Amino acid sequence: MHLVLFLIFAGLCLAGAINLLLQSHPINSALSLVVVMISLAVLYLLLGAEFLAAAQIIVYSGAIMVLFVFVVMLLNAGREERTLGSKVAKTLGFPAVVAVMGVLATIILHLQGMGTVAINQGLIPTEELSRVLFHELLLPFEITSILILIAILGAVALARQEGSERRLTK
Amino acid sequence: MNFAQDVPLTWYLLLSAALFSLGIMGFLIKRNLITVFMSIELMLNAVNLSFVTFAHQWHMVKGQIFVFFVMMVAAAEAAVGLAIIIAVFRARATLAVDRIDLMKL
Repeated sequence: MHLVLFLIFAGLCLAGAINLLLQSHPINSALSLVVVMISLAVLYLLLGAEFLAAAQIIVYSGAIMVLFVFVVMLLNAGREERTLGSKVAKTLGFPAVVAVMGVLATIILHLQGMGTVAINQGLIPTEELSRVLFHELLLPFEITSILILIAILGAVALARQEGSERRLTK
Repeated sequence: MNFAQDVPLTWYLLLSAALFSLGIMGFLIKRNLITVFMSIELMLNAVNLSFVTFAHQWHMVKGQIFVFFVMMVAAAEAAVGLAIIIAVFRARATLAVDRIDLMKL
C-alpha cells in the first residue's frame, strides 16, 4: 500500500515539476506547482509528519500559491518568449545541473544505515511537536513572528505606488 | 512485485534530489520573472522533503520543526519577492528577465 501511494505521488510530483518547466504561460506553471505541493503533502503524511502535511497544504498550496496567482493576474503576465537562456546557462548551467544530480544520487545511494518506511509507522503526533516547539524552541518561534511582521511591512513599502502618500495628504 | 513491501528512505531522498535539480533547471531556462521565482519555491520544497525524510530516519522532532521554520521563511520571502516583482514591473513594464539586465556585466 505504501509503495503504491509513494509511486503514485512521487510520479505526480515529478510530472508537475517537469510540466512547470515545459509550460510557457505562468498560470499553467503555477497550477503545476500546486500539484507538486499537494503531492508533497501526501508524501509528508506517508513519512509520519501529519502536522507538516496540513501546514504544507495551508501555507504553500494555500497562501503562497494564491499570492503567486494573484500577482500573475495583477500584472497580466502573458506567454513568455522562448530564448532558451543565455549562452552561459547553456554551456555551463546544464552540465552543472547534471553534475549536481549525479553527485547527489551517488551520495544518497552510498548512504549507510538508511531504514525503510511502512504505513502507520513512526508517526510523530502534533502534540509532541508542539511540546518541543513551545518549550525548547520558543525564542526562535517568537523571532519568526517578528520576521513575518517585518516582511509584511517590507512588502507594503515596496508595492506601494510612488507618490500615493502625497495624494493621501492633499 | 510485492505491493505490501516497505519503501526505502533513499527513494525519498532521490526524489528530493530530482526535484531540486528540476528547480535549478527551471531557474536557468525560464524567462519569466514569476516562473523563475516559482522554481526557487520548488527547490525549497525539495529540501523540505529531505528534512522530513531524515526526521523520520532518526526519529527526531526537531527536523520537522526546522521544516516549519523553512515554511515561515518561504512565506515571508514570497511576500517580499512578489512585492519586488510588482515594483520592477511598474518601473520597467516587463517581466522578461532578458530585459531586466541593468546590473548585468
